[in-house]
Amino acid sequence: MTPTALEERLRELAGSVPDPELPMLTLAELGVVRGLRLLGPGRVEVELTPTYTGCPAVGTMAADIERILREDGIPEVTVRTVLSPPWTTDAISPEGRRKLQESGIAPPRPGGAAAAGGPVPVELSLRCPNCGSTDTTLLSRFSSTACKALRRCDACREPFDHFKEL
Amino acid sequence: MSTPPNAPAAPAAPAPPGTPAAAAALALGDDALVLSHRLGEWAGHAPVLEEEVALANIALDLLGQARLLLSLAGDEDELAFLREERAFRNTQLVEQPNGDFARTMARQLYFSVYQELVYDRLAAGGGLFAPIAAKAVKEVAYHRDHAEQWTLRLGDGTEESHRRMAAGLTELWRFTGELFQPMEGLGLDAAAMAELESEWSERITAVLRRATLPLPEGPRHSGWTAGAGRQGLHTEPFGRMLAEMQHLHRSHPGASW
Repeated sequence: MTPTALEERLRELAGSVPDPELPMLTLAELGVVRGLRLLGPGRVEVELTPTYTGCPAVGTMAADIERILREDGIPEVTVRTVLSPPWTTDAISPEGRRKLQESGIAPPRPGGAAAAGGPVPVELSLRCPNCGSTDTTLLSRFSSTACKALRRCDACREPFDHFKEL
Repeated sequence: MSTPPNAPAAPAAPAPPGTPAAAAALALGDDALVLSHRLGEWAGHAPVLEEEVALANIALDLLGQARLLLSLAGDEDELAFLREERAFRNTQLVEQPNGDFARTMARQLYFSVYQELVYDRLAAGGGLFAPIAAKAVKEVAYHRDHAEQWTLRLGDGTEESHRRMAAGLTELWRFTGELFQPMEGLGLDAAAMAELESEWSERITAVLRRATLPLPEGPRHSGWTAGAGRQGLHTEPFGRMLAEMQHLHRSHPGASW
């Protein structure tokens, strides 16, 4: 079913909510808003997909979407979690990748985990977001959030987060 | 794990209680929940900050899986916080105390290799568990990789780290046979589980060889081995773990943030 103009507009609005853990990204740029349907007058259902199964931000995302749509005059908002197909880092938009890079987080490489050689990343192809050097070392597979790994640049010596391919 | 207002509901319709599917959801969910709690016990005690963060992240992934799986079997909070020990269906492997860091990594290696294989099959099977498994298997690949890297590092490290890693692997060896009990609700019969087990053995053998560690000896099935967790029989440390995990919820029924 083709979305109506109103549905398109409301979906854009829902997608404009900032991610609670990566506030430089919107939910649309992160690629987690899967759909929006008008069920009746003033009744909307939004489909949201989590990045990680245990992502603690899902509750906050749902509450933020609900609030912004209510403020736009939709009294009844349901946010439904969908798992299939599973979210991958390829869902992050080019604009989203640029913003991650700008904020000092190395964006995920395209192709998801499989293309990056599984959970062991190809070391050479990962650039330091601060100085651009490819001379970087993995410090830990898990970092400040489940979706990131901790690396260090061997050229400028700065530690940085890398959004892991998933 | 109390649900925030307007939190999204479980994505799939729950399995009817008493069915093999509900029993399987409970078994997989309890494995994830109990191991998540054990890993959480490292918070504030891990050898380095990076590992503190890593173990907490793995625990969080497992907790997310547990919430989805237990929601297939009933109310997640009731199941996690109000069941008695005998009603839990996790394997005895995941309830084993952390011990030293090497022992925790041994447990993690045995379990995450198994979990990745199971989820991989469930994801391909297209049944009730497929959406959860397809999502979780990608996370578990990172857990398994993390455990493998530590097994290599400790096994092929110093004399002391080698000794400890070998000890952890040996102590937990007898708990690994239980992982491969057939489970009707998963659609994995005895033949499928036997195939899964031989794949598990191959992978474990390959990692330990690279880590210069001996493959533990001794039986993994029958006799003096462990293996009744899926039937609700648990080892002594589990009761203490549950008491700690459930105490807050039981002391303050219905409390919320």
